[in-house]
Amino acid sequence: MPAIIQVEHLSKRFNDINAVDDLSFSVEQGDVYGFLGQNGAGKSTTIRMLLTLVRPSAGSIRVFGNELSSHRAAILRQVGAVIERPDLYKYLSAYDNLALFARMSGIKAKKDFLLEQLRMVGLEDRAFSKVKTFSQGMKQRLGIAVALVHDPKLIILDEPSNGLDPQGIADMRNLVIRLSRDRGKTILVSSHLLSEVELMANRMLILHKGKKVVEGLVSELLDPSRSVVHVETDNDEAIRTKLLQTKWSRFLQPGGNGIQLAMSKHEVPALVSDLVGMGAGIRRVDPAHSLEDYFLSLTTQPGHVDAAAN
Amino acid sequence: MWTLLQIELYKIFRKPRTYIAFGAIAAFILLIQLALLVNGKQYLQFVLGFLDDSFEIPYDKINNGYWICFAILNLLLIHVPILVALVAGDIVSGEANMGTLRLLVSKPISRTQLLLAKFLAAVAYVIVLLTWMALIALGLSIALFGTGDVVVAKAMELHQIEQHDVLWRYFAAFGFAALALVVVASLSLLLSTVSENSIGPIVATVCIIIVCTLISEMQIPLYDKYLKPYLFTTYMLGWKGFFYIGVDDDGQTIRGSVQNASAIFKCIGVLVAYVIGFVTASVLLFRKKDILS
Repeated sequence: MPAIIQVEHLSKRFNDINAVDDLSFSVEQGDVYGFLGQNGAGKSTTIRMLLTLVRPSAGSIRVFGNELSSHRAAILRQVGAVIERPDLYKYLSAYDNLALFARMSGIKAKKDFLLEQLRMVGLEDRAFSKVKTFSQGMKQRLGIAVALVHDPKLIILDEPSNGLDPQGIADMRNLVIRLSRDRGKTILVSSHLLSEVELMANRMLILHKGKKVVEGLVSELLDPSRSVVHVETDNDEAIRTKLLQTKWSRFLQPGGNGIQLAMSKHEVPALVSDLVGMGAGIRRVDPAHSLEDYFLSLTTQPGHVDAAAN
Repeated sequence: MWTLLQIELYKIFRKPRTYIAFGAIAAFILLIQLALLVNGKQYLQFVLGFLDDSFEIPYDKINNGYWICFAILNLLLIHVPILVALVAGDIVSGEANMGTLRLLVSKPISRTQLLLAKFLAAVAYVIVLLTWMALIALGLSIALFGTGDVVVAKAMELHQIEQHDVLWRYFAAFGFAALALVVVASLSLLLSTVSENSIGPIVATVCIIIVCTLISEMQIPLYDKYLKPYLFTTYMLGWKGFFYIGVDDDGQTIRGSVQNASAIFKCIGVLVAYVIGFVTASVLLFRKKDILS
């Protein structure tokens, strides 16, 4: 079965800014896929490219096995999304907004069905109130109802916890888990909070300055026995190239000073042995940080401004 | 497409801002009608007085509903574009500003269809607005002042149209005005497509219309030759041509005729070309636009 989303070498430039740089990843059927990165990392730009709001500068996007650019309408008919803030028509009621977007998604929904959708997100009592009277949390829930009204197979949520109080965040998280577990939806959810992704997602990708840092199973990536091992040698570039030809290539992390490998601490002696075998003049091998610390250091350091995402 | 158009119309007519134009037009027209009810003869003398030496003008007879509607159109059709810009300038940029554009564009509809639906909704709005204007300006004027012959001045000519030959000219004039306002709507749409807020396109449309209208009204040979032929505002007042009646070789007016039909058709052709140009440019820009709002 093809991946639900298959992104290959995706890039987007805004003038001089590389908002997304050679990004590749895949989302499988039934995944709750966490898209983690600090503000400005390129998450929103990537999501906008997945929803055809932004044109990629390079690369390809396949969704449900088809090229997005040539099967746009058929693909988007099966996608529901909340993109950043859930902005809706403030001068219309929740019901009218839902009915309007249901029609735009190509379904003729009856009143009872729409009210049931509003009940599912806890807005049945405010169905006929104008959206301008809603709190941020209520708008977010209505945004979810709009995203789900046409029963999409793939749901994309861009920072769904933004602006919500702790209870709202917990409700949102539970909704995502329920949609995946009970209704078999594939969900891509972006966040700048590792804890959020950890609680919701089974797989995740960390994005930093437009580049993929790591992708994999949450359970493996956040395994406390795994570390990011920092290696410094007398010729990091040459050694990195040599490592790419070995079994260690899958542990190599992009960027940073020196060479960084995400791996188990127990494998460090074998790594050192191989490095010596390659003729590396080892200056430092430091397995001090857990993966979680490493991700946190990436997602909490002051970031560059992503013109596209902000 | 029909569903999209229905949705766009629904959004336009559920927005309180839409009704500002209807209220403003009703207020203007009622004020003009009240003024002409009280001081109609003086106003006619002010407008046509310069012909008193050449013609004997029956002021009491021509102060009727048909003539008052003509006077209202003369006064208002310069200003209605501002009211059209208020809605059409907001039609894309307002969605960007509100944050709903990204939701719309991520739906399974093509951007071209979405923009054309918005354009057609703006056209429908123009038609409804002009119908409203016609109902009050023509219908209410006839009810208040009755009907009669219409006397229209053009430079040093005086065109008298029998009352039985007038009504079709109003339908034609309102139709022409609708086309002229669709040009304004399509210009607003174009500006709205490239903007992320509503105020910019509305103000820009109004400024363009004011500047172009001023140039169109100036009698300067340089502008007459090199600028005016290319400004859409030069052709927007072509509706007046329906009230300049043709005459035969004996100088008798020909019922159902217009003095210069080819000039009217030229105006219509130029305005249609502007609409096509503005809408095509809007579609091309919108199709390539990155939605970052």
